[in-house]
Amino acid sequence: MGKRKNSLSVLLASLFLIFALFLAGCTSDEDASTDEPSTTDDGGSDDGGSDTTSGDEGESSTEGSTLATVEDRGYVVVGGNGQLPGFGYVNSDGENVGFDVDFGKAIAAAIFDDPEAIEVRPLSAQERFTALQTGEIDILIRNTTWTTTRDTELGTHFAPTTFYDGQGIMVTKESGITTLAELEGARIGVETGTTTELNLADQFRKLGITYEQVVFDDSDSLVEAYESGSVDAWTTDKSGLVSRQATLTEPEAHKILSEALSKEPLGPTVRQGDDQWFNIVKWVTFATIEAEELGINSENIEEFMDSEDPVIRRFLGNEGELGAMMGLPNDFAYRVIKHVGNYDEIFARHLGPDTVFNLERGLNENWTNGGLLYSPPFR
Amino acid sequence: MSSSLKPEESVKQTLEPPKSTLGINGWLKKNLFNSFFNSILTVVSVLVIYFILKGSITWVFTTAQWAVVTENYRLFMVGQYTIDQLWRVWTCLGFVSLLFGLSAGIWKGTIRNLSIVLMLLYLVHTIVPFVSSTGKMWLAINIAIILAGYFIGPRLPKSKAITLVGWFISFPLIIFLLNGFGVFSPVKTNIWGGLLLTLLISVVAILGSFPIGILLALGRTSKLPIIKYFCITYIEIIRGIPLITVFFMAQIMIPLFLPEGFEINNVIRVMIGATLFTAAYMAENVRGGLQSLQRGQFEAAKAIGLNPVHSMAFIIMPQALRAVIPAIVGQSISMFKDTTLVAIVGLIDLLGIAQTVKANPEFLGRHMEVYVFIALVYWVIAYSMSYSSRRLEKSLGVGER
Repeated sequence: MGKRKNSLSVLLASLFLIFALFLAGCTSDEDASTDEPSTTDDGGSDDGGSDTTSGDEGESSTEGSTLATVEDRGYVVVGGNGQLPGFGYVNSDGENVGFDVDFGKAIAAAIFDDPEAIEVRPLSAQERFTALQTGEIDILIRNTTWTTTRDTELGTHFAPTTFYDGQGIMVTKESGITTLAELEGARIGVETGTTTELNLADQFRKLGITYEQVVFDDSDSLVEAYESGSVDAWTTDKSGLVSRQATLTEPEAHKILSEALSKEPLGPTVRQGDDQWFNIVKWVTFATIEAEELGINSENIEEFMDSEDPVIRRFLGNEGELGAMMGLPNDFAYRVIKHVGNYDEIFARHLGPDTVFNLERGLNENWTNGGLLYSPPFR
Repeated sequence: MSSSLKPEESVKQTLEPPKSTLGINGWLKKNLFNSFFNSILTVVSVLVIYFILKGSITWVFTTAQWAVVTENYRLFMVGQYTIDQLWRVWTCLGFVSLLFGLSAGIWKGTIRNLSIVLMLLYLVHTIVPFVSSTGKMWLAINIAIILAGYFIGPRLPKSKAITLVGWFISFPLIIFLLNGFGVFSPVKTNIWGGLLLTLLISVVAILGSFPIGILLALGRTSKLPIIKYFCITYIEIIRGIPLITVFFMAQIMIPLFLPEGFEINNVIRVMIGATLFTAAYMAENVRGGLQSLQRGQFEAAKAIGLNPVHSMAFIIMPQALRAVIPAIVGQSISMFKDTTLVAIVGLIDLLGIAQTVKANPEFLGRHMEVYVFIALVYWVIAYSMSYSSRRLEKSLGVGER
């Protein structure tokens, strides 16, 4: 009897000990999975702000040159979103397509002269930064918002913003609501765990508006609740609102308030510690923007090849050593535009008037047309 | 009652069967309208059933647009597996069909019914318009293989041994074929997807957890303290954390711990996680079986001079496992369905591909169709599993002795 009692207490004690150890060991993991609980974020603003794991790994894991690794491997590994309409999804032929995917293709075109030399790794919101830090992916293009925390603590570098988004609110036209202030007392649907939820609370507190928040797990059920009238308004990124509006039974019966609740600049991300790779991603992205400004697209690019304009000659690699400075062939911009197209073409292909989204360029217009896209000079 | 009747009356009654059981009306009256409240209940239930059925049938046949399923059918089945390498998947399927056919011919019974179901599934797919003609050719070949296996199986010499060996090597062979491993052009695991990935993960988890579970169960009943407490600790820790945490560990934490340049493929990581998780539950199921055995069985095994290994293998385990078949199959079914959690950690299994497909701008808003379809797929497979387990229990006489 005494023996049994003894062994029982040993068992209990050891279990407690191990449990305690386990808890201690798991704290960081818990953070990783709870900090960013948004699972199926449909907008860019899915970040819960702070992400765990410091940037140390990022630096230590990039001793070699990413470009050399990529060239050895023969293709670029792009971390992407597999479930965001317009930005990254799989079409019926099983190909990865979308606005974000095309910027990955641009990198591949610049390095290999082959836009298909990419492999898209679909990533969840939680695992994306780990995948980048550990070198599982070369570049992260997954509707990721540029924030201070991510740029510093997480050890990532943000290439130029490819899509300026912002949080908006959709209401029915029937309600007659035109400003945020008129939403007093309204039931507003929001996806749980995203920053949209936090932004909504912030903005409405600032304006002193009381409202009733109704949270949903995913955007599909949120839209259905809105259509059935159980919420008065719903909020997510404006691009998301626009794309969803097209699929409502009566798209004309709804409108998106012009006021924005937040800023969501989305762009490609690389890990810190490899400036050459960062430069490549930066300037390939700029190349698509610069080409639009110069009026060069994939159709007419051959006509520009014998242009006398020194700006165009430098841009297309007929003059100067711009590509060689970052380890690329000098005609990298030519390759990008030839294979993938300029920014306007990429935008039109996935989000423009010919798609169900019919998104306006808005902030994403070239600076020459009053937008925010501005490429530094290629020289 | 009949004993109280006089002989001639009972003859009369057998000549004239009671009216109440005659025809549909009689049956209705007896079962559905035999009292006032039952009649009300019947009417209400019929109305409820009518509205539910009417709603679902209208939705299925008029509102729903099934193009989202038919046009992405290949994605649902194999994900983004390279199209010109699809013959490898078909070959794997052909091999499995052959094994089903052979087993059906040799053992009849449950496996034959399952083969019939499999054949019916193939047949349905050859008829529906959206499967490509190459696909239909492969399906026809598969049907032929099952039939051939069924008729040749019993006539082959040593057919049982061949078939068993076939089942044993089937899994490594399938993995080899799918991956290529240098012999064929490699198809990386990250583009394995859809139902294919779901099945692979669950088969690995279910088969892999079985031996580990038995070892853990034996370890937990061991008298050696280190082994015993190790097993207890393992089982209790794993059972104390949710599966999704295990997957997050596998996807997010393990890469951080691994040394520089050393990478374990994310599909493998998830497979390991799922196996280790299921093993803990399997261990407890097996332990339940061990405890259900009477002391006498152990003693009898000792008495006839069997060493511990032999008595485990021939006396204890067969009885212990037989007793817990329902629990083990239940665990397997739940593991099969739990594989959907990998969709959250970025793998594109059947649920993952469903989420990807509904993000296609062409099919925006068609999520109901997608979910209904994959629910049907899960149900067919899970029900087949539970059906075979019921048949297995019957043939082994579980609960009858």
